[in-house]
Amino acid sequence: MWGIMRQRAACKAYHALNLEQGIRAIALRAFSSSAKQMTVRDALNSALDEEMSADPKVFIMGEEVGEYQGAYKISKGLLDKYGPERVVDTPITEAGFAGIGVGAAYYGLRPVIEFMTFNFSMQAIDHIINSAAKSNYMSAGQISVPIVFRGPNGAAAGVGAQHSQCYAAWYGAIPGLKVLAPYSSEDARGLLKAAIRDPDPVVFLENELLYGESFPISDEVLDSSFSLPIGKAKIEREGKDVTITAFSKMVGYALQAADILAKEGINAEVINLRTIRPLDRSTINSSVRKTNRLVTVEEGFPQHGVGAEICATVVEDSFEYLDAPVERIAGADVPMPYAANLERMAVPQVEDIVRAAKRACYRSR
Amino acid sequence: MAQLTRRTTALQKTLSAAILSTRHLSTSPITVETSVPFTAHNIDPPSRSVETTPQELLTFYRDMALMRRMEIAADSLYKSKLIRGFCHLYDGQEAVAVGMEAAITKKDCIITAYRDHCIFLGRGGTLLEAFAELMGRKDGCSKGKGGSMHFYKKEGGFYGGHGIVGAQIPLGCGLAFAQKYSKDENVTFAMYGDGAANQGQLFEALNMAALWDLPAILVCENNHYGMGTAEWRAAKSPAYYKRGDYVPGLKVDGMDAFAVKQACKFAKEHALKNGPIILEMDTYRYHGHSMSDPGSTYRTRDEISGVRQERDPIERIRKLILSHDLATEKELKDTEKEVRKEVDEAIAKAKESPLPDPSELFTNVYVKGYGVELNKSLLELDLTNLSRFSVEQSLVLFSNIKLTLLVIDCISQSFGADRKELRAVLP
Repeated sequence: MWGIMRQRAACKAYHALNLEQGIRAIALRAFSSSAKQMTVRDALNSALDEEMSADPKVFIMGEEVGEYQGAYKISKGLLDKYGPERVVDTPITEAGFAGIGVGAAYYGLRPVIEFMTFNFSMQAIDHIINSAAKSNYMSAGQISVPIVFRGPNGAAAGVGAQHSQCYAAWYGAIPGLKVLAPYSSEDARGLLKAAIRDPDPVVFLENELLYGESFPISDEVLDSSFSLPIGKAKIEREGKDVTITAFSKMVGYALQAADILAKEGINAEVINLRTIRPLDRSTINSSVRKTNRLVTVEEGFPQHGVGAEICATVVEDSFEYLDAPVERIAGADVPMPYAANLERMAVPQVEDIVRAAKRACYRSR
Repeated sequence: MAQLTRRTTALQKTLSAAILSTRHLSTSPITVETSVPFTAHNIDPPSRSVETTPQELLTFYRDMALMRRMEIAADSLYKSKLIRGFCHLYDGQEAVAVGMEAAITKKDCIITAYRDHCIFLGRGGTLLEAFAELMGRKDGCSKGKGGSMHFYKKEGGFYGGHGIVGAQIPLGCGLAFAQKYSKDENVTFAMYGDGAANQGQLFEALNMAALWDLPAILVCENNHYGMGTAEWRAAKSPAYYKRGDYVPGLKVDGMDAFAVKQACKFAKEHALKNGPIILEMDTYRYHGHSMSDPGSTYRTRDEISGVRQERDPIERIRKLILSHDLATEKELKDTEKEVRKEVDEAIAKAKESPLPDPSELFTNVYVKGYGVELNKSLLELDLTNLSRFSVEQSLVLFSNIKLTLLVIDCISQSFGADRKELRAVLP
């Protein structure tokens, strides 16, 4: 049945992503009538709603979070429900409102500061790092900063060089910060709830292109007390031939790559990092000790990236277990171009991950 | 022996207090005129006449003398290399710290930049905490991990101590935001210098504070030099109290503790009802920008000594005390001696305080701490301190085999310079 559907879809030239998703969704609907679906957007919205309801100290601040209902509709409905004191629209002044958020956190409130994209967080990066991340250490525990900085990170579609950078590696380097990167709706709900409840400053890297994607979601995840542990990666797909690590949107691509590799006899293990800092080194190392081969996948710039850190950690802790050099798939080492064909070359594609995995298995060509 | 000296000092204090109280009713009010009237922008200025009491005058004198003495002592400690890195001294500006404290409570918040030693004292910090922190010892207010620029006293409403010029202003507006959100009826004083007055984030924060009527008071301590750059070389308009435009402002003689007190009282009432206000304190620092700055390449020694003669804040209070017959010259000299002794004792005690334990390298990175793993070469570290971490957290390694096992079993999350030697584990 799947083969026929795929042929028909191929004739209509659907995009590979929609195709795979469609097939999965249909299969789910056909075989489990009780599985609910939730978009990442709804997952984030419901997490914010529930945490604001549970703790009156939680408030949201950012550009267009209130009357506009959120630039990407993540905070839709929250202004009506909680009022303008708790859903605060700001002027376009990132340094100012990030600082105000950190100051409110010093006093004991629990701000959720939204950056319309993390590219604009560079205007406020001094407050994220020097005012938030380092304060608990510099004050020897007197001043804790229970703040969440959230917003879309990485490339969107056709938004150009200044609006496409991935900040996982930059923020992931800072001691005192926690950096999260959800993929699915379960990740989004669980990690955002954990982030808001966490007493430390959290950088929460979402992805604009994932907001509209739907994922199956269990009742446990829908419960308002649900949360995921920070610092624990998830094995999305078990395998034994090669480990593929990824985070955010790249997890979807890695899973697609794993399906393609499976047809060629390579059984890939896909790890969804979920947390960039603190990095789950033990899950990564255990996986590499099992498969002996590693491909790291990320969207951001390659130099000093997340993949570089994962490679280093595996070389330090599991060197004897490696049967091949570690392969890194990352965004191209150029500012993001606008033209569709160049943009496609600047962001990792499924074929790139498949090729790298085959190289790691000494199976290229 | 130390206890004996402490008792004698306490005795001396009660004696001098007793002598003074027999002479006057220390609560009978005195009215004092500020040195100059207030200059106002978009607001009606408060009156020049300030109500005070003999007790308050004497307290002002003692507190400022203590602050002055502490800063001078820090100067010598820095020169003898017991204080390292940065050391920004506040002597000359004491009236701002003392006058502000007199007008507010500990529930009001203060946040300032790196010239924070005296503000810390005013908020309830002790001399021992200050000197121990300056010397990087574990009895310091930040356990030796902050240093001169990072003093904090949260229970006294003091939120630091910030090294990045201008960053404390949005942070202060954030404190005010939280006070309004919590309906606390308190205010925040966000202090900054004439150098920081040109920072963009000040105007970003001020705009939001005015939009949302936050109880934020921006206090510009204008000592006329941003590091080595005179105000007329840095600001097209050095009338910092006017820079708020739609936000009202007041220019205050920052060397007159009573002017400062009056202005802060006025500002607090205003901020609680009407939102932000700017106070410009016209003050002066005798030292250079920091201990590595002689302070004479961009200003003349005559200027410094001129201010010391004409406008010194402690001198002003001394003259007021003597003219109102509240104490004799000798009594004031005795107070100074007491203060000097107090400072010397605190320094001696601070010098005895040990450096922080090496395991403190990894504490407070997150609110929930790390435990420390040691490799065999680091066994000389004081293991008794590890007893406060649980068994799961503290792991002492005796062989490479155990190190390998550790990687699988635990989430190692922080590292020393040599990550194979020293790492820390999340609980």
